[in-house]
Amino acid sequence: MFNYTFHWNQALRALPQMLDGALVTLQVAVLSMVIGLACAIALTGFRLSGSRILSGIAAVWVEVARNTPALFQIYMAHFGLGNFGIHLSPYAALLAGIAFNNAGYLAENFRGALKAIPETQTRAGRSLGMNSLQAFRFIVLPQMLRVAYLPATNQMVWAILMTSLGVTVGMNTDLAGVTQELNARSFRTFEFFAIAAVIYYFIAKAVTLAARALAWRMFRY
Amino acid sequence: MLDTALTWNDLLFLGQGAAMTLAVTAVSVAAGTIMGIIFGVIRFQAGPIWSMPLMFFLDIFRSVPLLIQLVLGNALQSIAKLGWPPFTTSCVVLSLYTAAYCTEIVRGGIASVPVTTRRAGRSLGMTWGQDMRYIVAPLATRVSLPAWIGLTLGVMKDSALVLWLGLIELLRASQILVTRLQEPLFILLICGAIYFIISFPIARLGGYLERRWSPHD
Repeated sequence: MFNYTFHWNQALRALPQMLDGALVTLQVAVLSMVIGLACAIALTGFRLSGSRILSGIAAVWVEVARNTPALFQIYMAHFGLGNFGIHLSPYAALLAGIAFNNAGYLAENFRGALKAIPETQTRAGRSLGMNSLQAFRFIVLPQMLRVAYLPATNQMVWAILMTSLGVTVGMNTDLAGVTQELNARSFRTFEFFAIAAVIYYFIAKAVTLAARALAWRMFRY
Repeated sequence: MLDTALTWNDLLFLGQGAAMTLAVTAVSVAAGTIMGIIFGVIRFQAGPIWSMPLMFFLDIFRSVPLLIQLVLGNALQSIAKLGWPPFTTSCVVLSLYTAAYCTEIVRGGIASVPVTTRRAGRSLGMTWGQDMRYIVAPLATRVSLPAWIGLTLGVMKDSALVLWLGLIELLRASQILVTRLQEPLFILLICGAIYFIISFPIARLGGYLERRWSPHD
């Protein structure tokens, strides 16, 4: 059945290259998460603003991000934007696609978290003389971020896994891209991708553990 | 944008791609759910310590990108000389992927049934099987169904990745059309609209059930 000789040495020799790729993966994931968080906070603000146009934009963004595949969103950034004369590099397209996706999911998390914060909090802030932006910024947002922290860490792991999609638009510097290039050169598909899988596994675990440690440190009170 | 070169035949081609997406999803979710229920019951019965090997195995499917899983699955089946077509490989990998998530949902559902309710059933003379069948199953389904719908939609969207194995599903079909017609935005918009039309109503149904069946209201 297994009439196949594994060549792990060859794959292990490429490990430094793959670890460099892992750093790029982590970089894209973190950047996409930061951009996604910023957009999600803005979208939540749009939803609360009471303006029909703004909450309409937020609703469309969230529903499109949640109801189409992440790969489609990356394709849209890479191929679709070309129609407007915007030609993104694979890196930028990947980042834009994942950030868009993150923002949609995070905004939905925030909506759930907002329900946990009583309306009276906002009103108390307003009656202290804050305007609605200040009440959102200083009263609602900190509490909301605390409730939404755990789902957000899940989203971070998702973001790491999603970066592997970059290889489909020609990204060749992240972990999946590097692995694919090595694979195209040697056809040792199983060995290379098995090592990539192990690296992804450890990154995902490390991020989960780090997030938990951070939560323990931040939310002690 | 309105004077497009897209013909009805091309739309039909997209439709076939969508059918492939749905077929992969249906097979994977069906198989994955059955496995997920079995694993979930084992996970609940065996307790956190004895089920650790199983949970570690399933955790791999949630911590490694699906694309890598698909490539590995395909490489493995060719190493083992199984001679599976891409459709089978995709379905096997996606089923295990689904099962990994479904196990947690099932476990959560079973855990949400109050112990007292189950004890009441057992003290009426029900066997473990009867307890599972008539008490736990209906109550756990109620709790788990919204999450399961979410999982199904997630798998439907993630099934786009099987294009890497050469299966012509919706996204690959639109990519082929883009290459031929050079109208990326228009064709991708149609493709996205099809995904949206499949996903959005079901997502709404899931959200409705979640509100409607929430035990806290």
